[in-house]
Amino acid sequence: MNAHLPALQVVLPLLAAPVCVLLRNRRVVGVWATLIAWASLAIAITMLVHTMEHGTISYALGGWESPLGIELRVDVANAFLATIVTGIASIVLPYGPGSATLAIPQDRQYLFYTAFLLCMTGLLGMSVTGDAFNVFVFVEITSLSSYTLIALGKGRRALTAAFSYLVMGTIGGTFILLAIGLCYQMTGTLNMADMALRLQPVMGTRTVLVAFGFFVVGASIKLALFPLHQWMPNAYTHAPSVVSAFLSATATKVSYFVLVRVVFTIFGAAYVFGTVHFEWLLMPLSIAAMFVGSIAAMYQTHIKRLLAYSSMAQIGYMTLGLSMNSVEGLTGGLVHLFNHGLMKGGLFLVVANITFRLNSSKIQDMAGLARKMPWTTLAFAVGGLSLIGVPGTAGFISKWYLVQAALMKGQIWLALLILMSSLLAVGYVWKVIEVMLLKPPTKRVENTTPAPLRMIWPVWVMIGSTVVFGLWTTWTGTVAEVAAETLMGLR
Amino acid sequence: MSAIAGLWVYAVVIVLMMTGLYTVISRDNLVKKIMGLNIFQVSVIMFYVALGKVDGGTAPIFQAAHGEHVDTEVVFSNPLPHVLMLTAIVVGIATTALGLALVVRIQEAYGTVEEAELVRIDQEGGL
Repeated sequence: MNAHLPALQVVLPLLAAPVCVLLRNRRVVGVWATLIAWASLAIAITMLVHTMEHGTISYALGGWESPLGIELRVDVANAFLATIVTGIASIVLPYGPGSATLAIPQDRQYLFYTAFLLCMTGLLGMSVTGDAFNVFVFVEITSLSSYTLIALGKGRRALTAAFSYLVMGTIGGTFILLAIGLCYQMTGTLNMADMALRLQPVMGTRTVLVAFGFFVVGASIKLALFPLHQWMPNAYTHAPSVVSAFLSATATKVSYFVLVRVVFTIFGAAYVFGTVHFEWLLMPLSIAAMFVGSIAAMYQTHIKRLLAYSSMAQIGYMTLGLSMNSVEGLTGGLVHLFNHGLMKGGLFLVVANITFRLNSSKIQDMAGLARKMPWTTLAFAVGGLSLIGVPGTAGFISKWYLVQAALMKGQIWLALLILMSSLLAVGYVWKVIEVMLLKPPTKRVENTTPAPLRMIWPVWVMIGSTVVFGLWTTWTGTVAEVAAETLMGLR
Repeated sequence: MSAIAGLWVYAVVIVLMMTGLYTVISRDNLVKKIMGLNIFQVSVIMFYVALGKVDGGTAPIFQAAHGEHVDTEVVFSNPLPHVLMLTAIVVGIATTALGLALVVRIQEAYGTVEEAELVRIDQEGGL
């Protein structure tokens, strides 16, 4: 049974998605999708424990041995990522589709769950596969389902947001396909590990350089690296809040992981950082993302757009960790991937609660909200503190790792830049808190009541875990460090 | 000379790819954008198909299965890139279908599919 877990991880949500269409009943489908997410989480955790103890699991699909057949390859890094994706899905799905921001009527909500499970399938596929072409297929499964999910948002701007994401996303996906083609041309294999070996003798050729370029641009569009982030603020603003919570916590993260895989597994650090000097491109862009994202967030009047720009800044921290080319840096990036997933997912769910009652996501409409929805406001405050990186929250831990990595490289200026951009986060978080806490309540707020309990507990599970993982860091730190060492080939 | 003859496929791919990308960027009409995207994807499909072709190669069919005489001298084309493109074509169709479906919804909601118009309407309406 254990041996088949990598395949089950992908196949389970894939098969569950069409079942949603057959079941149709809104409540039944909701329970069904939640159970599938929990089962997937159980599989992912089992794999993570197994890989921590026994090392990599390799699964030959259909019994065709690699490198000829498709290989699913699960090491600590992949299992870590699968745990994050399924974990976030397990908390978001019980929350429900968040009808307040959903455009479709209740009797057709089963389609939301179908698209959601398909999106999860794609993300898990990208996490566990060891085959380059498979990555492309799963990237497209994820993208197509997320365009659909974004277009489900209320209001017509969700449609244009989904459309521009579709155009950008397809260009990104096609670039990845072309890069895989170029690599295949040079090596004659699609298995990532085998490809890495066979690329070694031809590393100096221009074809390989071009392939690397296409890979990087394609993956960067998907992970919304500055300046390729144009699709993201609109998409997260106009998508249903629950979808924003799920996608911001997982989709960009998995794309980041694909980039890490491309850098370390396929091309190797020696080529990427030694010959091409990718860090000369990635580091300035990451720093720019950290600052531009945070500054842009300060000027937003719409809370979801504010969070979207903040996501762009946080992605900058992750790519910064990658660009340092050290175990410490990559550990920081991976820890931040996990922590940011929790806090941003939690914050978007908080926003979902607020819009559910207020029917608005403008910051000015939230004046005095602390008096009417105290727990929700508190959740936002804790999540916001974590975004800033206050000690005792998860955000502090990841920034601690990044600062440490910068200091170990002797780059004090880099550590200072990380701290400075964290201070900018105070600006946009305080802007929202101030309105909620200190402004006199508006008419709209006077008439609200706290959100129902079923919508509050998922928020507190996410926000609570940012505090838990801020105080208890053994688990995240150890797993991320082992994952980073595995990715860099040191284990 | 033969080097140039062998490389013309890539020229075709690049021209197609740039045509597609230029259409996506420059056209205002959303339907035309989708068509540009389609051309863009087709260029990569052409690239893969060209990869699989071997000079003088024939269709890769296992002759012994049909009880025919097995000729060991026969050169086969590489079927793998061609098979991969079946998947890529399906992805392309799905993307086009979804894109056009969105265009239909945009037309219903805004009454136009011209990007400049959409931007203008959105700016007037605020968020």
